[in-house]
Amino acid sequence: MADTLLDIVGVGRRFGGVTAVRDCSFRIEAGSVTGLIGPNGAGKTTLFNMVAGALPPSSGRIVFLGEDVTGLPDHRLFHKGIVRTFQIPREFSRMTCLENLMLVPPRQGGENLLRAWLRFGAVRDEETGVRDRALEVLDFLSLDHLKDQLAAEISGGQKKLLELGRAMMTDAKLVLLDEPGAGVNRTLLAKIAEMIRRLNRERGYTFCIIEHDMGFIAELCDPVVCMAEGSVLVQGHMDQVRADPRVLEAYLGHSGTEMLDRGRT
Amino acid sequence: MEAVILGYGVFFLTLGGVYALLALGLNVQWGYVGMLNVGIAAFFAVGAYASAILTGPADPAHLGGFGLPVWLGMSGAAFFAALLGLAIGLVTLRLRSDYLAIASIGIAEIVRLVLKNEDWLTNGVRGIAGIPRPFEALWPGNGGLAMLLVVWGLVFLAFLLNHRAHRSPWGRVLRGIRDNEPAARAMGKNSLAFRLQAFVLGCAVMGLAGSAYAHFVGFISPEAFDPVFATFLVWVMLIAGGSGNNTGAILGALLIWGVWSGTEILTGYLPAEVQTQAGALRVLAIGVLLQAILILRPEGLLPERPPRPVWRKETSR
Repeated sequence: MADTLLDIVGVGRRFGGVTAVRDCSFRIEAGSVTGLIGPNGAGKTTLFNMVAGALPPSSGRIVFLGEDVTGLPDHRLFHKGIVRTFQIPREFSRMTCLENLMLVPPRQGGENLLRAWLRFGAVRDEETGVRDRALEVLDFLSLDHLKDQLAAEISGGQKKLLELGRAMMTDAKLVLLDEPGAGVNRTLLAKIAEMIRRLNRERGYTFCIIEHDMGFIAELCDPVVCMAEGSVLVQGHMDQVRADPRVLEAYLGHSGTEMLDRGRT
Repeated sequence: MEAVILGYGVFFLTLGGVYALLALGLNVQWGYVGMLNVGIAAFFAVGAYASAILTGPADPAHLGGFGLPVWLGMSGAAFFAALLGLAIGLVTLRLRSDYLAIASIGIAEIVRLVLKNEDWLTNGVRGIAGIPRPFEALWPGNGGLAMLLVVWGLVFLAFLLNHRAHRSPWGRVLRGIRDNEPAARAMGKNSLAFRLQAFVLGCAVMGLAGSAYAHFVGFISPEAFDPVFATFLVWVMLIAGGSGNNTGAILGALLIWGVWSGTEILTGYLPAEVQTQAGALRVLAIGVLLQAILILRPEGLLPERPPRPVWRKETSR
């Protein structure tokens, strides 16, 4: 039995009168690639925001590596090993692709202003190491030809890759990917899938992936969690989830499934 | 005649240097991390008054007479401006940038009213006179020239520190926060702490500018810290020169200061009855110039470039 990396216990989030996530509970096992699916508005991204600390939950607990991390801010959770990407790429637009990656490593000595002023030689050595690591990641992502390009100027798919690259610049334990395939062509999508698999196998990253491309989820993820209306509807192997009539109903609505039934008969 | 031109040159370049310091301070706040500080005058004034009180002659009407050397007055000016920046920063930096702008206008107004009304501290509207110049004893009769060198020495120092900070990982984090704060936070950067540091550093440089101004002019009163030429002009300078570019900040400061003081000379030739109106026209002219720059060169004369990296060419392994 694998260890539990993340335990989401009865988490809820209200925005004024709207309940985006209600009493949501599931676990992510260490070393797994967990898929998170569900129709639009199911609360997947809100849940991500809470796990990553961008949004405090209104209720419930989030336990990471046995420690209650509920309500910790995003920058603290990063240092505990939770790294996320964004549904709409959030690149550092006026920085080069190389700089976008070099920003990421935690606890850089040169982030201390006094050190940057007085220990310039040490910062220089440190930067050389960080640059080499960033170049390796760019190479891995086949973005090395864009290293001096401003991030604002690269394509949407390349920005998705760059976000994945940011996760690779850390020793992350849990990587949350919010729609890594949105707006990405088939070839690039296959490549992203391959990279996720390699990072999972070779570096031991645990992934949780929100994605609407069911082929992508089926190929990569086990288990799969399906959310609807803010809570977990079904979870298990993709085949189980796909076969569950409630999932289809959640996606298409009651009338939609009736329509399909009529079509079949 | 030569002495007049020389005297004017010293006056022009010294105040140009003071403005260059203000623009460099603002560049850290706005250019690096995107904080809208519209209360520059407050930090400028606090620096000037701190220097005046610490180094000026004793006067029973107000606090002072500590008789400290000028360099200590300058350090004190930077310190007190930074302290004010820290206090304000702790309260307002959680605000989004446009709200910070509104808050900083209010704070500048509070500082101005305190300077005007707390007679025991600042001598109110009568101001503080007799502020010493550095090296006056060593180089008698050339106090102006010595001051010019000191001011540009400070500009050079501020430029070096700004530049090194910008190129370092510290500056990279600031640019990241400016470009996309949620992403920078998701990458583990405590954006509030970094913004506070940048704000305080910028305020310290503005305080230094105030100190340089006080020691050069020798007399300060609340009138000298009018928002038009202590805040508005500095913004135009940074935008004209190029936000995020330190060389641009200095260039913009000299250029706009040239236009501002040049038009003052021109209005001097006008008949006395229209000179007051001409003063208002000068502000208008600067406004029109700003519009032209924003349309023709929105990124300024020297646009921001990613700074030259600090790494070594060869690989680490």
